Amino acid sequence: MHMADALISPAVGATMWAGSLAVLGYSSRKIRETIDNKTIPLMGVMGAFIFAAQMINFTIPGTGSSGHLGGGMILAALLGPYAAFVVVASVLTVQALFFADGGLLALGCNVWNLGLYPCFIGYYLIYKPIAGDGGNYRRIFIASLLSVIVALQFGAFSVVLETILSGKSELPFHTFVLLMQPIHLAIGLVEGIVTAGILSYVKNARPEILDTGAVSRPPAAGLPCKNILIVFVVLAVLTGGVLSWFASTSPDGLEWSIEKVTGKGELAEQEKGIAPVLKEIQEKTAFLPDYNFKQAHKEKPETEKVPAWPGIDTGTSVSGVVGGGIVLGIVFLIGYGIRIFKRQ
Amino acid sequence: MAFDSQYYNVGYLDRLSYQDTFVHRLDPRTKLITTLLFLFTVISFSKYEVAALFPFLLFPAIFLTVGEIPPGFILKKVLLVSPFAIFIGIFNPLLDHGQVAILPGLTLPAGWLSFASILLKFFLTVSMALLLIATTSFPTICHALRRLGLPSIFVSQLLFLYRYIFVLGEEVMRIVRARDMRSYGRKGTEIKVFVRIAGVLFLRTVERAERIYFAMLARGYEGDMPVSKKYHLTTSDLAFALSVIVCLFIFRCYPVTQIIGNFFRGIFS
Amino acid sequence: MSHHIVEFKDVCFRYPDGTEALHNLSFRIIHGESVGIIGANGSGKSTLLLHMNGYLMPTGGTVNIGDLHLTRKTRREIRKKVGIVFQNPDDQLFMPTVYDDVAFGPQNLGMDEEDVQKRVRAALDLVNCYDLINKPPHHLSNGQKSAVAIAAVMAMEPDILAMDEPAANLDPKSRRLLINLLKTFEHSKIIASHDLDLIFDVCKRCIIIREGTVAADGPSQDILTNKILLEENNLELPLSLQRR
Ligand SMILES: Nc1ncnc2c1ncn2[C@@H]1O[C@H](COP(=O)(O)OP(=O)(O)OP(=O)(O)O)[C@@H](O)[C@H]1O
Ligand SMILES: [Mg+2]
Repeated sequence: MHMADALISPAVGATMWAGSLAVLGYSSRKIRETIDNKTIPLMGVMGAFIFAAQMINFTIPGTGSSGHLGGGMILAALLGPYAAFVVVASVLTVQALFFADGGLLALGCNVWNLGLYPCFIGYYLIYKPIAGDGGNYRRIFIASLLSVIVALQFGAFSVVLETILSGKSELPFHTFVLLMQPIHLAIGLVEGIVTAGILSYVKNARPEILDTGAVSRPPAAGLPCKNILIVFVVLAVLTGGVLSWFASTSPDGLEWSIEKVTGKGELAEQEKGIAPVLKEIQEKTAFLPDYNFKQAHKEKPETEKVPAWPGIDTGTSVSGVVGGGIVLGIVFLIGYGIRIFKRQ
Repeated sequence: MAFDSQYYNVGYLDRLSYQDTFVHRLDPRTKLITTLLFLFTVISFSKYEVAALFPFLLFPAIFLTVGEIPPGFILKKVLLVSPFAIFIGIFNPLLDHGQVAILPGLTLPAGWLSFASILLKFFLTVSMALLLIATTSFPTICHALRRLGLPSIFVSQLLFLYRYIFVLGEEVMRIVRARDMRSYGRKGTEIKVFVRIAGVLFLRTVERAERIYFAMLARGYEGDMPVSKKYHLTTSDLAFALSVIVCLFIFRCYPVTQIIGNFFRGIFS
Repeated sequence: MSHHIVEFKDVCFRYPDGTEALHNLSFRIIHGESVGIIGANGSGKSTLLLHMNGYLMPTGGTVNIGDLHLTRKTRREIRKKVGIVFQNPDDQLFMPTVYDDVAFGPQNLGMDEEDVQKRVRAALDLVNCYDLINKPPHHLSNGQKSAVAIAAVMAMEPDILAMDEPAANLDPKSRRLLINLLKTFEHSKIIASHDLDLIFDVCKRCIIIREGTVAADGPSQDILTNKILLEENNLELPLSLQRR
């Protein structure tokens, strides 16, 4: 499930972007070191394959609903985790642009949720150990099923965490978890079966592709497994730490810094720097003397009874409703004006 | 959605991005960065903020009209796009029971306000992302990303991906049509059939990658994708970026909607 | 000018799945010759062309290009001399715009941006496609794709040109243009095609491949007029000769 821009806070969005970019940079370096030139076009075309395959819906028996391919595990099985991660990231980027699936700010979250878990946890810790090098059909089946399910569970849990930390949704943590995890168990089951099916088909038709032949992968033996775990733990701790720090700063990081810059909120008293200038402009631009914003924290009128939402009381809301309508009108007129102007 | 309509949508959006208007001609870096700033500003509003978001509609309106993008198309895409935000947001009215007075005599549960805020943010972010791609051809976005320092391997992935979406799209279309022709009216793709289609497509893709690799070698490829096309920031880019930033700043820091609302209330009372 | 010679000596090739696509295939092409390769579907034409550049390495026998013997070491040198236009233009146009694609080769040769632009322009002019320069390949018709694919190879200025079905998607006028273009290319050229009229027009010499080996080799005048020989190989007389 794709995270959406509208549900995340700037802090969560930025943190997840940073995390995903870090993994992307690391993977790109790894790819340069370990694979040959041939893999570069293969990665690109496989990305297009996943993109195209995801647009084909299939019906899930007995439910009447439809599902589509996840793709992360197939890529990892073919290309190895680093290349697969980069491909998943590029598929998600194209989807964010062409389908507006999720969105550009949530892209960091989505790459993390849908790329990192299948490629590094699902593949390295589950698929690879069970399926081994090539393996038999039963092993491939079990490995794909398990790894897809586990990766999706991680992904779903991250969606919950990101949403809760962003604080835009009212859903309590435990309800949300109880909602998301079972849904994604079902989705994972279907996706796992489909992934297993495709991998078995490929193994049957061109066994060398999945074994060793067609694609050079980073050597399976040696450091990676431990390395990955360490990198992953460090990243998780970092993200967790940063996220919770941001979450504890009310209302949230960027909000806070903007208040600081504009001299609104608690810091209005500190008349230093550009703040007083801005305040002056603000006062000049306030057309009506009883403009609510200025009163907001001097005297507390009847709004006290209502829980104090930032900037919400009857006065401002009336202006908001009236202003909203007018702004909408103005926007429409501007757009219409440009259109007419362009026609000439 | 059926495969064809999704695929045609991508194609249509792609075609729009090759038009030649003021917005299309802007440097892709300018558009990318201002769009990101826009998105950040929009989602930085607190969860109950609705009114202050209205002025931001100006940006999609300008992109739509100056960029000559059909508004109906974008609107339809926004409505169709992932219902996830609505799915999550709809719980707010159910769970957040505090009352807020909107107009004299009209109070609403606060949850509806935060839901409206999510929807509005959703509309703004999704439509701007779509408008970015509708006014900036994908290859130029990739060049911008490269110039902004993303790993070259990632950017070449994007370029390949973009190029072959359309080739594989046609291929899937042929496969799906061939399937439909022989499925005698049965609707939908069963998992078994899907696995086979995807498997065939997978193998063909691997073989295609091999041929592409040959073609690249034939033209001197030795592991590095050449970077071409230098873009130069022009004065119109700077002017554009500056005005966007100023607008964003004003809309973010001053309650423009309230001010206008107050102004008109002042006139009429 | 020994460096434009193409020589296959007893070349055998077996695909990994066991298909023996080439079997004891031998021929020698000297500088400036234009040779048509014809034969039934699956006779091994494409496989043969893939050997000219070392994409496939013979499992038996030898390939010499100019004074270079084809090995894994020399194939990079060889690729600079031999330009191959493949059967499917979609696989050949892998860059996101026509300009980027045609420029790919010259850029890899290490030329500076200005020279690259000149080359791109010249190559696209050659195939009459300069207008398409900023389009993405998926906005082109199949014929335009073929033309641009040819331009992309021509931009490398190869000594030897090899083509697999170059006229497959072209309309009659573009096909005529291509034929004229090929006639002006004075270095060695090797064209695999089912379009026997094109071969008859462009190539002085003709080689028929059957089941991976040379079934006939001689002047086009003789081979393409030999009805019995052609029909043995799933081919028929060029249309221009049928009418007589
Ligand atoms: N990748 C491959 N793997 C296995 N066998 C192959 C492969 N490519 C081609 N072959 C086989 O090799 C033989 C020669 O094929 P090739 O493509 O060279 O024929 P062709 O003369 O180019 O045919 P056409 O006129 O149809 O293009 C055929 O029997 C074909 O089935
Ligand atoms: Mg062929």
